[in-house]
Amino acid sequence: MTQDQGGTGELLALAERVVGWARTGEAVEVYVARGTETEVRAYEGEVESLTSATSAGIGIRVVVDHRLGFAWAGSLDESVLAETLAEARDNAAFATADEHVRLAEPDGVAAVPVDLWDDRLAGIPTTKKIELALALEAQARGADPRIRQVDAAEYGDVASESALVSTTGIRSSSRKTSGYLSVGVIAGEGDASQTGGGFSVGRGFDGLDPDRAIDDAVTRAVRLLGATKGPSSRSTVVFDRRMATALLSIVSSALSGEAVAKGRSFFAGRLGEEVGHPGLTLVDDPTDPRAYGAAAYDAEGLACRRNALIEGGVLRGFLYDTVSGSRAGTVSTGSAVRGGYAGTPGPGCRALTLAPGPEGYDEDGVLAAVGEGLFVQSMTGVHSGVNPISGDFSVGAEGLMIRDGKLAEPVREITVASTLQRMLLSLVAVGADVEWLPGIAAGQTLAIGDMQISGA
Amino acid sequence: MIETLVLEQVLAEALRNGGDFAEVFAEDKSNSSAMLDDGRVEELASGRDRGAGIRVVSGETTGFAHTADLTVEGLLRAAEAASAVARSGGGGTRTVAIGSLQGSTTSPRGDRPERRTGSKADALELLQRADEAARASGAGISQVQAGFGSSTRRVLIANSDGLLAGDEQARTRFSVSCVALGDTGMQTGYETAARTLGFELFDDVSVEELARTAAHQALAKLSARPAPSGELPVVLAGGSGGILFHEACGHGLEADHIVKNASVYTGKVGQQVASPLVTLIDDGTVGSEWGTFAVDDEGRPAQRNVLIEDGVLTDYLWDYLRARKEGRVSSGNGRRQSYRDLPMVRMTNTFLLPGDADADEIVAQTPRGVYVAKLGGGQVNTTTGDFVFGTTMAYLIEDGVITEPLRDANLIGNGPEILKRIDAVATDFSMTPGTCGKDGQSVPVGCGQATMRLTGVTIGGTAE
Repeated sequence: MTQDQGGTGELLALAERVVGWARTGEAVEVYVARGTETEVRAYEGEVESLTSATSAGIGIRVVVDHRLGFAWAGSLDESVLAETLAEARDNAAFATADEHVRLAEPDGVAAVPVDLWDDRLAGIPTTKKIELALALEAQARGADPRIRQVDAAEYGDVASESALVSTTGIRSSSRKTSGYLSVGVIAGEGDASQTGGGFSVGRGFDGLDPDRAIDDAVTRAVRLLGATKGPSSRSTVVFDRRMATALLSIVSSALSGEAVAKGRSFFAGRLGEEVGHPGLTLVDDPTDPRAYGAAAYDAEGLACRRNALIEGGVLRGFLYDTVSGSRAGTVSTGSAVRGGYAGTPGPGCRALTLAPGPEGYDEDGVLAAVGEGLFVQSMTGVHSGVNPISGDFSVGAEGLMIRDGKLAEPVREITVASTLQRMLLSLVAVGADVEWLPGIAAGQTLAIGDMQISGA
Repeated sequence: MIETLVLEQVLAEALRNGGDFAEVFAEDKSNSSAMLDDGRVEELASGRDRGAGIRVVSGETTGFAHTADLTVEGLLRAAEAASAVARSGGGGTRTVAIGSLQGSTTSPRGDRPERRTGSKADALELLQRADEAARASGAGISQVQAGFGSSTRRVLIANSDGLLAGDEQARTRFSVSCVALGDTGMQTGYETAARTLGFELFDDVSVEELARTAAHQALAKLSARPAPSGELPVVLAGGSGGILFHEACGHGLEADHIVKNASVYTGKVGQQVASPLVTLIDDGTVGSEWGTFAVDDEGRPAQRNVLIEDGVLTDYLWDYLRARKEGRVSSGNGRRQSYRDLPMVRMTNTFLLPGDADADEIVAQTPRGVYVAKLGGGQVNTTTGDFVFGTTMAYLIEDGVITEPLRDANLIGNGPEILKRIDAVATDFSMTPGTCGKDGQSVPVGCGQATMRLTGVTIGGTAE
């Protein structure tokens, strides 16, 4: 279960030392992480802010008599380690005993190594990062005469390492670097202003592409100029790749084995049933190194693996961590995720993709196939208007009308509504234009029929 | 947390390469939370986070570094990193005497009473009581999750202007979410109470009441029909409707958007931007509301700011950096999620002053429309003013009477247009807590208003 690389050896040793303090009858899991980050923001030709930081922390789970306690600290100082363990132990005493509560144990599945570390990042001087941020901002300002303002231009990178060790035989470590450029522009014409954002992400500094980020931001802002409140109608909606990533992320929460077990998913009790259009096949595969969320190990130290969730429209499986797997009478699917050292693991997706549609189904191809409808390039209120338990779906949207298979006039201040259940069944087209965007799902142009558009 | 002499040394180090301003923000926060789910106490968690963020402002540039190492060496290292942006500056030795600035306060508690702490067992008892009350609300309740969270946050701010300030903020929240199961599928209900208080929150708040409210919402929505689509008059019940102002104009009045010309309200001070019924306040000093504090995260005392008076825009919200640019003082709205973040302009408790209409009369005088009893969250694009807000409990109004429940939907509008469509404001004022997210940072805020009516809003339902 070991993947010793560089500085993670030191973290493993630290985690092992704390695990060694476990008392008889206790199962203890120690997660330690540390990272460094740089962020440069540029504004009107100057550095607006430069942040450099290092952080580290520890999260400890203790299980005694099927009771779980958790504690964390934002530091790896010697003085907090024992205190954190003691606090986790104390918390365990108050939990309800539950036969399914346990720590992960090695399950014999070998981890697929994925290389997420770019050694070159550490050697990039801050001055080069500043230059890139300044260039991004300057270039965005000059990209189109209609750009009035570049209100955000940012370079950022993160290098993080973590180790996980438990009394139940888990010993894993991982490390990861990432870099990004992001830019937000305001385009104007007369009294009207519209905004657009774009980004470029990578495993480090090299390969980040300012042109691509700027192009995306400028195109999105400029093509919305002159947008009016679109008409109400019932029609087919094409979601661009970025919006499709957001849609799949919402659906993913209903595929959590924990949500299903607790009756908090509209998929509960529907295993083996037809829940989607026959053309819908959905897989979570963090072993795909191209995926933004690729990982060798899950948040409990088990090997990540490929899990088929929906095949040909039929619901085939859910994602489990150790506890939810046990609760469902099965085992972990290696799908534990956690939000850093301050969070406890739970089941979740890392790398969702839909089986792609026919070749040539890029954005233009899908638009041509759809003919008439609405193209959505941004959504708002996803957190307030989408409910993965009831399935109710209602979001604010901006985009362009689709006429004769092509993008036509821009629209804004409209809503798009349906239910998640109906949307899965009303799939009209899936793009073959898979792009791994930041987040837990791939971007693919998606067309969904029979949606209610509310506008003027 | 850190001795004065050390603070002075660190600030001097931060300005060693030059720079106009330096600040140390130190924070020591402990959290504890407990969750009851599916009938079991699943998780008790405790967390401790302590560190300092140091910023140096040199011209238009801010350098920032943070560290969890509060030793002199750790702080000096962070100061050096933050000062890197001022390399080209004048430099030289600068002496900083903190505590010299008027208004500095090191006794954050002031006249506030000591906060009470509840034991873990006390918290669990509340969770059990909420679970029982929710389940007893109806056979249709299929799942209950109850959560308790409390935090104590001590902050210390010292800057090169000589300011030294501190605060201790105790916050406690309790929430209940329910799922109801029926022939029509599942529906959800949610209710929360949160205040800038310790365990004494529960002197005033009944967890059973919260649980029943959440349960009734979920049960009522089992028979809900699809929300309408298109434009209708909307009556917002007092309380959570305050999110409308938070989104429709609050964010757009934050000076960081204004100075970048990224708000529809740029250049509109003195102009009529809303119905004359609108007087909008942002006030970080209100009682123990969720967005209340003694000093902001830049050491400035919280204050009451009038943003819109009788429909006329009177001022924006300011933090140190944006106020300095305009040659004025901060309005006490510089806030940050933690020592790891740079402060930004943020709202505190934002509310509409009550009017003189009768809430029932407003409904009675609405022939057809939507009555929103509870709103969830919202989102705004400050540049265009377009915003959404989601309903979590809404009903149809037919012939002046509240009738059938509606399924959840977002409502969409444009801030400056919607503010002009307010044609009635009642007297039944109340506040609700919320979490406001901006640029990746979350801070606790309050929202408030009395029952009010909008003459027309686009409702994003599925009914044709």
